[in-house]
Amino acid sequence: MKEHIVIRTVSRLLIPFIQLFALYVIAHGDISPGGGFQGGVIIGASVILYVISFGMEDGRRRVSESISDFMNSAGVFLFAGIGVLCILAGGAYLEYTAFAGKAAHGEHAEHALHLASHLGIYGIEIGVGITVAAVMMTIFFETARHEDD
Amino acid sequence: MISAENLPILVIIIPLISAIITPLVGRIHRSIGWLVALLATSLSFAYSLALIRSVMENGPISYWLGGWEPPWGIEYVVTPFNGLVLCVVSFITIVITLYARKSIEQDVSESKIPFFYSLYLLFFTGLMGIVITGDIFNLYVFIEISALSGYALVAMGRERDALIASYNYLILGTIGASFIVLGIGYLYMVTGTLNMADLSARLPELYDSTTVRSAFAFFMVGLSLKLALFPFHIWLPNVYTHSPSTVSALMAATSTKVSAYVLLRLMFTVYRPEFVLTVVPVTKILLVLAALAIIIGSVIALAQTNIKRMLAYSSVGQIGYIILGASIANQASMTGSLMHIFNHALMKGSLFMVVGAMVYRTGIVNIEDMRGMGKKMPFAMAAFTIGALSMIGFPFTVGFVSKWYLAVGALKADMWYFIPIILLSSLLTAVYFWRIVEAIYFREKSEKLAGLPSEPAEAPFGMTATTLFLSLLCIVFGIAAFIPTKVAAAAAKLLLGG
Amino acid sequence: MIELIIGKYNYWIYIALMMIGFYAMIAKENLIKKIIGMNIFQTAVILFYISMSKVRGGTAPIEWEHAVRYENPLPHVLMLTAIVVSVSTTAVALALVIRIYKAFGSIEEDKILEMKGDRTGKTPESVL
Repeated sequence: MKEHIVIRTVSRLLIPFIQLFALYVIAHGDISPGGGFQGGVIIGASVILYVISFGMEDGRRRVSESISDFMNSAGVFLFAGIGVLCILAGGAYLEYTAFAGKAAHGEHAEHALHLASHLGIYGIEIGVGITVAAVMMTIFFETARHEDD
Repeated sequence: MISAENLPILVIIIPLISAIITPLVGRIHRSIGWLVALLATSLSFAYSLALIRSVMENGPISYWLGGWEPPWGIEYVVTPFNGLVLCVVSFITIVITLYARKSIEQDVSESKIPFFYSLYLLFFTGLMGIVITGDIFNLYVFIEISALSGYALVAMGRERDALIASYNYLILGTIGASFIVLGIGYLYMVTGTLNMADLSARLPELYDSTTVRSAFAFFMVGLSLKLALFPFHIWLPNVYTHSPSTVSALMAATSTKVSAYVLLRLMFTVYRPEFVLTVVPVTKILLVLAALAIIIGSVIALAQTNIKRMLAYSSVGQIGYIILGASIANQASMTGSLMHIFNHALMKGSLFMVVGAMVYRTGIVNIEDMRGMGKKMPFAMAAFTIGALSMIGFPFTVGFVSKWYLAVGALKADMWYFIPIILLSSLLTAVYFWRIVEAIYFREKSEKLAGLPSEPAEAPFGMTATTLFLSLLCIVFGIAAFIPTKVAAAAAKLLLGG
Repeated sequence: MIELIIGKYNYWIYIALMMIGFYAMIAKENLIKKIIGMNIFQTAVILFYISMSKVRGGTAPIEWEHAVRYENPLPHVLMLTAIVVSVSTTAVALALVIRIYKAFGSIEEDKILEMKGDRTGKTPESVL
């Protein structure tokens, strides 16, 4: 039991920072290197590190099966949903500048278009990050399970 | 519900969102997954019909994704060629979805049924995306979406050989897709653009460069692997034999046809006809390979005892017909080739659906054990007979229409030596189908068939009705062939005119 | 001749990697080694695209007032998609290999081909 203490303590210290770094990577997706997929993989990797250090049952208690199934679909739904919202707002699919609406013609037109574009890309990156993290967790849980059949 | 100009993207988005919702709502009741799939495919079919009607009247439709102007943005283009394949794929998928409800309950365990429908819808999304996109890298993305869902669908078969078939399909399909992405890289390196229309405008002055020619070679090999053109057809018989019946019917009717569409689009729209015919005369090689596929496919089909494997080798031959018509490259033969995309989907779809009905009730796949089946399942065997007549090329069936156009095209191009090849393969087809028709109707029941209880006899209503519907369409479109022929002729003129 | 070999070294490297991966996919009999070969093959294609994007004298494609020339960011973006495809294909392939191992008891291709065609579908005695 003694040799597990080092791994568990180091993991417990590092995992919050890993996840914080992942959120940083997701948030900086549109103007610098980074983005949804990379950040999602880092979050998935942090959960896998937790399961490796603490065991499968503890990991499953923290991230239950229904939550990861829901996160799988929720992220893609967010992505496609933003696209459909752009259609409803009058533009083409994923045309974020359609959110600017009337503000695109008044003063501060540049600002409004920029803001709409940034918000759209931000939402998409978050959606991708959620799905990729959930997929990484699901793949690891499914392949590392001890089958009893 | 949303304005008509957004139709090109709705055709893709509705199946995609349905594929995501299905695992969540499927836990409530197992039929909900099927309902969602049916609704999504019906909406897509309705939108494809609206699209093709609009295209035939007003000309090609172009949709800019994200509002970005091509060639900087991704563009979705609908032309008569596209529209025809869109309608065919979505129509066949609706019919197979109606068929799938009962058939899947036997093949897949109950907790996995929502996931099956989710993969099914993802496969459908991938196919529709391949057809409608106008950007060459987006094409690769959709090819991989449909391929990955295809591997998972095949692996759901009952026998453990399905896993081996899926693994082999995965390895070969990934080689094909990697070659395609290499070709895309070469083309991007010399032209700097990824839009198909823009590539088509910039490539003619670059025809002499080795990069463009090797890109073409990579595309040909990669797409032939996906298309199962002889000799790259190795994965096809195992996949069609061991996957669930619904998946065999769906893949036989759609995925190879869509890969044939991509090949034609690449050969004739991105690289203009003069490249394919004169600069690098790949049509000569394709003619030889197509003729070999037609003959060898039919010959090997004769030797099979498992009916699904026989139909799979027969499909290898039919793909040869499509490539033959495209390689002769005049108006009549190209019309025949495009018609065959539609007709073969109808014929093979209905034949695999009959086999699925047979497996559902009796579990028989061996031709020897099929003796006397005509008395037990009269409707299903009637559908089989109509499908068989259509494959042989009997007049008044769809098989006759496409073979007629192919023969006329071969004559007009002074390549009369292909007509004996078409006749020979029709003869071989007649031999291996007549063997089965005779066993069904004119022999006594085999021991395995006699040992089964006599009630219930026919497959459930949903399965039998859809099978008969597709077979009857083989006759309807054989007689009233002018409707799809008009669209196919317009598409052929578009492809060959440049 | 020297210019052909030294000047275009990135193409030679990617071709060598691709052929190694391709050889592993075809000639090795262990199913996991085939998947590794597939990964090497796809990584070679990714390397090819990335090497295509380098411009002599270019800086990273982020706005900077001292920049003379920027490198091409488009192949990097395309390859993000290709990496995702590669990861997904590897995941599906590994899941298949796990189920094949449970069903056949072996992941050597020649042993599996001997057992193929057996219609019972049960796991063989050696695994139980």
